Amino acid sequence: MAVGATSLNNGARVITITSGKAGVGKTTATANLGVALAQLGNKVVVIDADVGLRNLDLVMGLENRIVYDLVDVIEGRCKLRQAMIRDKRLEGLHLLPAAQTRDKTAVSPSDMVLICDDLRREQDFVLIDSPAGIERGFRNAIAPADRVIIITNPEVSSVRDSDRIVGLVEADEKGAPSLIVNRLKPEMIARGDMLDIGDILDVLMIELIGIVPEDEQVLVAANHGQPAALEDRSVAGQAFRNIARRIVGEEIPFMPLAQERGLRGLFKRLWG
Amino acid sequence: MNATVSIKGVRDGLAIALGECPLDVLMDDLAHQLATRERFFQGGRAAVDAGERELGPADLEKISDLLASHGIVLWAVLSEHAGTQDAARRLELGTRLPGSGVELAGSDRRLEPPPSAPSEQREAENGSDCMLVRGALRSGRLVQHPGHVVIIGDVNPGAEIVAGGDVLVWGRIRGLVHAGAYGDQNALVCALDLAPTQLRIAELITVSPAGSGDVEPVPEQASIKDGRIVAESWSPGYRGRR
Repeated sequence: MAVGATSLNNGARVITITSGKAGVGKTTATANLGVALAQLGNKVVVIDADVGLRNLDLVMGLENRIVYDLVDVIEGRCKLRQAMIRDKRLEGLHLLPAAQTRDKTAVSPSDMVLICDDLRREQDFVLIDSPAGIERGFRNAIAPADRVIIITNPEVSSVRDSDRIVGLVEADEKGAPSLIVNRLKPEMIARGDMLDIGDILDVLMIELIGIVPEDEQVLVAANHGQPAALEDRSVAGQAFRNIARRIVGEEIPFMPLAQERGLRGLFKRLWG
Repeated sequence: MNATVSIKGVRDGLAIALGECPLDVLMDDLAHQLATRERFFQGGRAAVDAGERELGPADLEKISDLLASHGIVLWAVLSEHAGTQDAARRLELGTRLPGSGVELAGSDRRLEPPPSAPSEQREAENGSDCMLVRGALRSGRLVQHPGHVVIIGDVNPGAEIVAGGDVLVWGRIRGLVHAGAYGDQNALVCALDLAPTQLRIAELITVSPAGSGDVEPVPEQASIKDGRIVAESWSPGYRGRR
């Protein structure tokens, strides 16, 4: 493991978003948190660490602007600033895309540490979208992290994999990770058909920093390259905006979970 | 290799490695060790690793008689010396370990004491017999120890404990626990909340009863009784099995 990963306390905070299991919403969460943090006036770089299976550029609607990528930076074909793509909607938001034609072995953990240390000086936040799994790609993604956020879905397999990741992150002395529960369906919990937040925290025993309800708008928005956090009316987008506020240190209360009302009613009661 | 005799527990019984001293010195040392640790060895079977030493049928018979006088059956002689191998075959002793034919001397098999080894023997061999782990064992974590294991924290689903002796968890057991993993039928598993994915003691396996997660947890102790793994709840005044 590379040295100096968390030695710099001044400058940007490096946050890695990971999950172990594929398809729980890491990329969507990274894009939305990047947008929401930038909306709060922060300078943010989101890095796609999923070399060979890049998606973050799609979800952020920036695919057609890629010239250079992460591997080009590492292998010296361009400067870091040349590979960073400025978001077209938000001042202060940049994407560092992954290479699509290479694989995880093109990047090492120390490469990631060097790139992030470079970015720390002029950014407020660096968000890293980790690939699924616990192998090289995951190791690359957590190497520079000051903080790790784990995304889980309210289902046993996702929670089991998250537990494994918590153990690996702790073993790496990254401190206790934080948890976002994504794709929660209150009506299924009310019927007893889905794990509730208590069940999940019972196993993982880490700090909860966000609950994102299932919201079709997220998928629709991602398909249009328009993260839901940009949509004022999206409930999931609102959830991500709240998480961003918690990340910068604000106290934002959670919604009461056992309500058997419509989603929007629920959220109005909390955030209205 | 030691100059004298070393006795180790292995999966198939005892492994007795002969050092480089003259045979009569080795015999004296072996007799001494057997006499002082007799109760650990009683009723076992032993394989002698003679290395490159040449032993005739008469020598092997002497060793066999000495072992027999301590209740141990000599069943195999391992050697690189053709004459010794020949002598062993003439006495109808084995010359290889089952399966692999691995040489016994030098191979550290402390994790595999004999199935019948009393726990005192492991203590004697391992020095420190108990392993303490502070903090939760999360999915994917394996704790393996030839002696007892104590966990302060939960054992989550997907985590595994394999202990030669007892397992005590000050927390919840949700993962897989194997106590007495090398055959100790007296091994115990204790937990504040005993609901493992699978519980193994010695060669027995059981699972938690369905629906047991809904009741208020009480501390429990699992052990083998009448050939089955049973869990009994602990309450003040409970005297346990030992």
